[in-house]
Amino acid sequence: MVLIFVELDNGSIKKTSLEAVAYGAAVAKATGTTATALAIGTADAAELAKAGTYGATKVLHANAAELANENAMAYASVLAAAVKNENAEVVILPKSGLCDAMGARAAAKLGASIVSGVTELPDVSNGFKVTRSIYTGKAFATVDVKGTVKILGIKKNAIEAVEGTGSATVEAFTPALNNGDFVAKVTGQEKASGELSLTEADIIVSGGRGMKGPDNWQPLLDLASALGAATGCSKPVSDLDWRPHHEHIGQTGIKVAPNLYIACGISGAIQHLAGVNSSKVIVAINKDPEAPFFKAADYGIVGDVFDILPRLTKAVKDAK
Amino acid sequence: MKILVCITNVPDTTAKISFTDNNTKLNKAGVQYIIGPYDDYALARAVELKEQQGGSITVLNVGEAESDPQIRKALAIGADDAVRVNAEPTDSYFTATQIAAIAKEGGYDLILMGRESIDFNSGVVHGLVGEMLGIPSFSPVMKLDIEGATAKFAREIEGGKEFLEAPLPLVLGCQEPIAEWKIPNMRGIMTARTKPLKVVEPVAVGDMATLDQYTLPAPKGACKMIPADQAETLISLLKTEAKVL
Ligand SMILES: Cc1cc2nc3c(=O)[nH]c(=O)nc-3n(C[C@H](O)[C@H](O)[C@H](O)COP(=O)(O)OP(=O)(O)OC[C@H]3O[C@@H](n4cnc5c(N)ncnc54)[C@H](O)[C@@H]3O)c2cc1C
Ligand SMILES: Cc1cc2nc3c(=O)[nH]c(=O)nc-3n(C[C@H](O)[C@H](O)[C@H](O)COP(=O)(O)OP(=O)(O)OC[C@H]3O[C@@H](n4cnc5c(N)ncnc54)[C@H](O)[C@@H]3O)c2cc1C
Repeated sequence: MVLIFVELDNGSIKKTSLEAVAYGAAVAKATGTTATALAIGTADAAELAKAGTYGATKVLHANAAELANENAMAYASVLAAAVKNENAEVVILPKSGLCDAMGARAAAKLGASIVSGVTELPDVSNGFKVTRSIYTGKAFATVDVKGTVKILGIKKNAIEAVEGTGSATVEAFTPALNNGDFVAKVTGQEKASGELSLTEADIIVSGGRGMKGPDNWQPLLDLASALGAATGCSKPVSDLDWRPHHEHIGQTGIKVAPNLYIACGISGAIQHLAGVNSSKVIVAINKDPEAPFFKAADYGIVGDVFDILPRLTKAVKDAK
Repeated sequence: MKILVCITNVPDTTAKISFTDNNTKLNKAGVQYIIGPYDDYALARAVELKEQQGGSITVLNVGEAESDPQIRKALAIGADDAVRVNAEPTDSYFTATQIAAIAKEGGYDLILMGRESIDFNSGVVHGLVGEMLGIPSFSPVMKLDIEGATAKFAREIEGGKEFLEAPLPLVLGCQEPIAEWKIPNMRGIMTARTKPLKVVEPVAVGDMATLDQYTLPAPKGACKMIPADQAETLISLLKTEAKVL
């Protein structure tokens, strides 16, 4: 049995989690078994049943009041209980901060192998071989996963998720909870509301020091809004507090994998590229024709961001 | 307060990655090694906490003798002693088992790690170690203060941060801006030479994920340049040619 953890955001299954379901269903098919999804937190049955259209035949829903807020330790206990209950041999999680943490704790509880950053479906013809991203996207490693239980953290775009016509039954899952998982007290939260998340986004518009200051961001935000894109930035930009830290992309920030990444006034230092090299298509806009970003980009415009960005925004609006 | 800081010995962020031995070994020719940048943040915060509250810092690496220069650097930055588990780290579970074994013996109040290694980028060793020790783990932590037996810290979440309090002992995976990277001074470098570095043999762990081979990504095609006066054509190219709009 393949068990897939689906992450909820305000009661909806995240897009990367639907990819994880499609991935899990494909593994189930290749190994002649079925796929079950596990959701933790508040969501209605109709939303959870969506996992069925991506190939799961059953959805376990753990909805105890204590689990309403994200808690990696408690979620790991629920995940481990579900693995035992369902005799799962393969566990799929989308790659995210929450999933890495809960996957790790569940792996230690179960004595399971854990491989994070998986980029392709496994080869099950001889053993269980998966390919994962290493050296921050500069290379891949194929590893033979040996544990009786195998936990895989899959990267965005590891599989193309296509909605089908299948359906899944939703069952309540109520394992015993451990007090020890709730020792931390959340004393506050700062969260930008209604912002598109960088790890989920299909399009990202990102700015560097070439934007020249925090007050100059409007043209970039306008393009992002016209494209329905999330916004990111380079490290110096967040270090200087021009943009919030959670927008920092790169080696020491968030690693993203959108379909389209538009870099505005970013030089293309290797540490920045490390966070964006999994993007499908990269556009670089820079006034310096020698900027290293052009070597990593698919499309380039040599020009002044303050001239180019408003014109692109207009072109996007005109094309609608 | 006893702090354990776990550091990786990894190729510099600018290193060109290539492989040898039928794509089963990293080609180390010309590669500079560094302390993992996230681990470096963890170490920097540990040094600050020790300056504030006293205590001791032990650095730990699971790796072969080639890690020693980075361990010495950590000692020069301010750790008091070091342990190296003499083994090639074969996977996250193996590495975590070694760290947990050392941590159990040492009885540390705080175990600081990086958010992730920059060689395998798993982001899982802190969770594994926390569970193996039966203590809480959190990552990525971007702010950390200790008040008595309580840690007050901020964790990055999607689109923002969350503030937490939890009792020690704890395992934390760190990232910026928890502290500024520290550069060793001359005195630090001199005293580091005589600080104790204990080398111990690994505990046995069954095979969990063994390397088959490494591969490099397909080379990127040439960048299509669009003249600035025709910038608008980019949008139609993204639609019709790249098909991403
Ligand atoms: C260990 C380590 C980790 C790091 N991690 C990261 C990381 O995670 N993410 C990250 O981003 N960096 C990281 N860095 C920093 C990285 O090396 C670069 O310094 C950084 O990416 C540069 O940011 P930038 O491109 O915004 O600024 P700059 O390098 O200053 O580039 C600005 C660019 O804007 C262009 N420009 C200026 N004006 C205009 C204009 N009007 N119109 C168009 N273009 C213009 C310039 O030609 C230039 O190319 C790291 C460094 C180290 C050592
Ligand atoms: C020569 C070599 C061979 C390898 N072969 C394999 C293989 O066959 N299969 C496989 O799956 N992986 C293999 N690896 C990867 C290796 O297991 C990882 O480097 C290691 O497990 C830690 O990476 P991670 O991504 O799991 O750490 P993460 O979970 O990303 O690390 C989080 C934090 O844990 C701490 N930490 C991690 N590793 C260490 C360490 N070694 N010492 C001290 N603290 C540490 C650091 O503070 C780090 O910031 C190999 C690595 C090397 C160098």
